[in-house]
Amino acid sequence: MNIPDPKDELITHLPALRAFALSLTRNRATADDMMQDTVLKAWSNMDKFQPGTNMRAWLFTILRNNFYTSRRKLNREVADVDNVFSDNMSVKPEHDGKLQMMDFKAALSKLPDEQREALILVGASGFSYEEAGEMCGVATGTIKSRVNRARVKLSELLHLRDDEALELTDTATMAVVGSPGLPS
Amino acid sequence: MASNNKPDEVEIENYIKENLREVLSELEHDQMPDQITDLLSVLRAQDEQMKAKK
Repeated sequence: MNIPDPKDELITHLPALRAFALSLTRNRATADDMMQDTVLKAWSNMDKFQPGTNMRAWLFTILRNNFYTSRRKLNREVADVDNVFSDNMSVKPEHDGKLQMMDFKAALSKLPDEQREALILVGASGFSYEEAGEMCGVATGTIKSRVNRARVKLSELLHLRDDEALELTDTATMAVVGSPGLPS
Repeated sequence: MASNNKPDEVEIENYIKENLREVLSELEHDQMPDQITDLLSVLRAQDEQMKAKK
């Protein structure tokens, strides 16, 4: 029976790893340098990877450790940002959906690194709070708290909890405009 | 009642989750840079050389 080469599996995780790198650094050049280091480290330490465990979590952990080590070395909290999230902002939006996505990306980029990272790991990359905690080297409760704070901050930035407009809208108007609720 | 129309926590959570997934999906579809594909080629070639030596 052929044993699958973990190096083949590594390649399948690269798009997700790069997305994580881009979301963390918000800078293509930095993200690509982080990716290069991560791939090199993972490839040369593949004997340390335990088959049957979560390779994506292992790769993400290597990458985030690189990121924070390098950030500490450079002694800066705010990374050089080249608007990875808002590359398409100069394009005239075709409809409301695009506008809302642009707003969302802009708000996401304003979150502190640790909060954005926690939100992405748990909210979009499919990791559990426990896995994300292990990856970030913090308690599960800390990850939960970071995710909650990130959601609250995003809600504020995007005015998701605003019901001011609703308070000013009477029933007759509501019947015509429908329920505004969240942006559709 | 205004409060009835206010989005609840689950709606907000789902809204954020959906948008996050869309952002990540866009980033995942970004073309892999040459420096990474070149690096993988070099690493593969090194592995082949090592195997041949054994």
